[in-house]
Amino acid sequence: MQLTVNGTYHEVDVEGDTPLLWVLRDHLGLTGTKYGCGIAQCGACTVHIDGLAVRSCQVAVDTLEGAEVVTIEGLSQEDNLHPVAQAWIETQVAQCGYCQSGQIMQAASMLENDPTPSNETIDAVMSGNLCRCGTYPRIRAAIRLAQTKMGG
Amino acid sequence: MSTLGTVTRRTFLVGTAVVGGAAIFGTYTVARPHANPLELDLPDGAVAFNPWIKIDGETITLITPHADIGQGVQHMQAMLLAEELDLDLDQFETDAGMPSAAYWNEAFAAEASEILSALVPLPATALHAVLMPVLKVTGLQGTGGSTSAPDTYVKLRTAAASARETLKLAASRVHGVPVGDLRTESGAVVLPDDTRVRYQDLAVAAAEIEPVQNVTLRTPDEWRFIGQQTGRIDMAAKCTGTAVYGIDLREDGMVHATPVTNPRRGPMLDYDATEALTVPGVQKVVEITNGVAVVADTTWAAFKGARAMRFDWGPAPYHADQAQHWEEAEASFTEERFEAVWRNDGDVDTEIGARADVEVAYRVPYVAHQPLEPLNALVTVTDDEIVVRGGHQQPTQVRVVLAGVTGHTPEQVTFHNQQSGGSFGHRLEFENLRLGVEVANQMRGTPVKLTYSREEDFIQDFPRHLAVARGRGAVRNGRVTAIDMDVAGAPVLASQMARAGIPIGGPDSQITAGVFTAPYGNLENFRVRGYAVPNLAPTSSWRAVGASYGGYLIETFVDELIHAAGADPVEERLRMIDDPISHQVLEACAEMAGWGKPRADNRFAGVALVHSFGVPVAEIVEVEATERGIKLHTVWVVADAGTVIDPVNIENLIQGGVIWGLGHAMNSELTYRDGMAEQTNYHAAEGMRLYQCPEIHVRTLENNPHIRGIGEPPTPPAFPALGNAIFAATGQRLREMPFNKAVNFV
Repeated sequence: MQLTVNGTYHEVDVEGDTPLLWVLRDHLGLTGTKYGCGIAQCGACTVHIDGLAVRSCQVAVDTLEGAEVVTIEGLSQEDNLHPVAQAWIETQVAQCGYCQSGQIMQAASMLENDPTPSNETIDAVMSGNLCRCGTYPRIRAAIRLAQTKMGG
Repeated sequence: MSTLGTVTRRTFLVGTAVVGGAAIFGTYTVARPHANPLELDLPDGAVAFNPWIKIDGETITLITPHADIGQGVQHMQAMLLAEELDLDLDQFETDAGMPSAAYWNEAFAAEASEILSALVPLPATALHAVLMPVLKVTGLQGTGGSTSAPDTYVKLRTAAASARETLKLAASRVHGVPVGDLRTESGAVVLPDDTRVRYQDLAVAAAEIEPVQNVTLRTPDEWRFIGQQTGRIDMAAKCTGTAVYGIDLREDGMVHATPVTNPRRGPMLDYDATEALTVPGVQKVVEITNGVAVVADTTWAAFKGARAMRFDWGPAPYHADQAQHWEEAEASFTEERFEAVWRNDGDVDTEIGARADVEVAYRVPYVAHQPLEPLNALVTVTDDEIVVRGGHQQPTQVRVVLAGVTGHTPEQVTFHNQQSGGSFGHRLEFENLRLGVEVANQMRGTPVKLTYSREEDFIQDFPRHLAVARGRGAVRNGRVTAIDMDVAGAPVLASQMARAGIPIGGPDSQITAGVFTAPYGNLENFRVRGYAVPNLAPTSSWRAVGASYGGYLIETFVDELIHAAGADPVEERLRMIDDPISHQVLEACAEMAGWGKPRADNRFAGVALVHSFGVPVAEIVEVEATERGIKLHTVWVVADAGTVIDPVNIENLIQGGVIWGLGHAMNSELTYRDGMAEQTNYHAAEGMRLYQCPEIHVRTLENNPHIRGIGEPPTPPAFPALGNAIFAATGQRLREMPFNKAVNFV
């Protein structure tokens, strides 16, 4: 199987129906993308495929030839944090942090497509990402801060 | 040690038969310090001043033994140490440390003594003095009961001040300068000529010196971190995907495994692995307690193999169907199942008489923990050693439990604790580590990474205990005059401690916690009795434990009585409160929420005040009854846990605790059918999602003379405050959770 993740081309020896999530975690060692539910109910495994936020637990690896996959590891560079990640840090969003890779990937995708989302849009787009610690008030605040940073 | 351990744990936890710790063990045993675990493998050129601080020529390492399960205690422990050691927050590394009695949790004594004082004719302070030596000798290291802040607040600052003064003494000897002329700053001792000597460069000299013990702690006006906005040291990693949790660990040569065990928790009668073994990547299937583990090249192959397994499961060792659980609980208000009178103020029988003004029943369901990181373990078993990596709240007990699986000694168990993707009490249990050891023991020398599927995690969750309650009360002249509340619940501590290998007896405080701790000393007649229900599913501590529902029981009933009396819910509560700290908390909350003033159209408010883990928390929830259902608008919260260590994190934790309460009040329960949990993933028990989240305004007061934890206390008032708000909006009284059985939420 062939796929491109964070700009790097990979060939991996796996069954074609293997979810992207497990290719990232077990084969490529990119463990920032999290397993939470396996049935697209929690959003912890959210990555970008060709710029859109998707649940990597639901994407078979054999559908990804030619696609550009970006994970949380590829969103920010070492000395150049993505504005959404930066806003998350400044707002001190995380508690356990396990859902936050997915939250950040979802929010980054939302702001890319809608630089000035309404409260209703934020509610609709972000409600597929479960946070058991209950960091939602800070997620909302961080999205607004990121929006400012991104010029929206 | 084993006999002593049994005696002390029993003495501590039985509760009804407390005897003097020092008298049992002798003064020497109590006074003797626990060995410093850092001394065990301390290399040349390094110094360990105490169990929390290690410095070598290169690195300053701060040990943070309280388990970080998301509540931020890694940061808090490091910050308390750095405060007195004069370190900047980027000048050290942290390490969870090895399990050790040196990290015994002093703060368990505070909660336990307050609970025991309800049962024995001794004040909490006297019981506390008795319990402390018992706890110390027992050496239980644990994170839970919102104890991390009270356990560490003075202890860690004292340890760091000791290290600081010792480093100054070392610098004084090396540089020939009087110690009184030295100061410390940003990881260095500063000489009178402003020369900075790094702590690392003093490690060798400091190792020669007996650590200075008589130290003076900094005063609040000198604090650089406590009470300030600091920025959690784990935050950047958690926002860039680089934070490592147990489930992310890898090791050369490791295999992946996933367990499938009897969903009824009974025996496995038979199984067929034929199909599973044809799944590419599946290596083998091994038997474990009540099931099997599928061993494979990858997690996904193990999961696929697990789905292809066929089983014949034995019956459940508890009632098969949920209706029977409720029937058993309802039938438990009997003499045989009576455990204790937890509170008995005045004379409820005389005041209430033959006919109560209000007489109602409540019930609260099992609820699953389900932190987002599924259970996991990375284990290697060899003939000489068990090495385990995973997140756990009771590291010292991990060694005892796991040694019992293989016949190794506890000393042969090495446990590397990990930060966890949430817990809420889930990681007080040992099943994932135990099953990991069972698999690894059958393939000695090979590292085994055990990962639960979400479904297995749900099905094998030891949920929050179920309970039912009966409230009888009297009102007169616009006042509440009597409350008589009986609670029958599953004895959660006995269930949990049996799996932890800690025998206990006596009445279970977590059946009535939150009810009998209500701060209503001015209520003339107040009785709380507890009953233990047998034959229920095994259960375990869930965020706020008994108070997670006890607050709902008492505060819903209080609201019903106040309504019957025709009084104001805030004013009448304030009249009943005798504790000034709780009084101020409720007053402040009412003021914040504009209680008694006109609200926006169609908006209604409900209030609750719960005292749990030594912390009074008041919450007012504002809802709107829309055509499509109840919408949550705003929550105002006031809590008093004493001195605020971290103003940002405490706000985040309080908001999270409220959301945890509201979400589960709305939509979450665990029910059994044919002996199996019916909810197997988040679609069936989701808690709150972002679109439902109200604005949450937080205020913290600092009148509490004791510093307390905040992880749990904000949760209990959320359930009744929401229910009482819905009553105000609709006239519908919600006497059963989750509330979505009776109302829709927008």
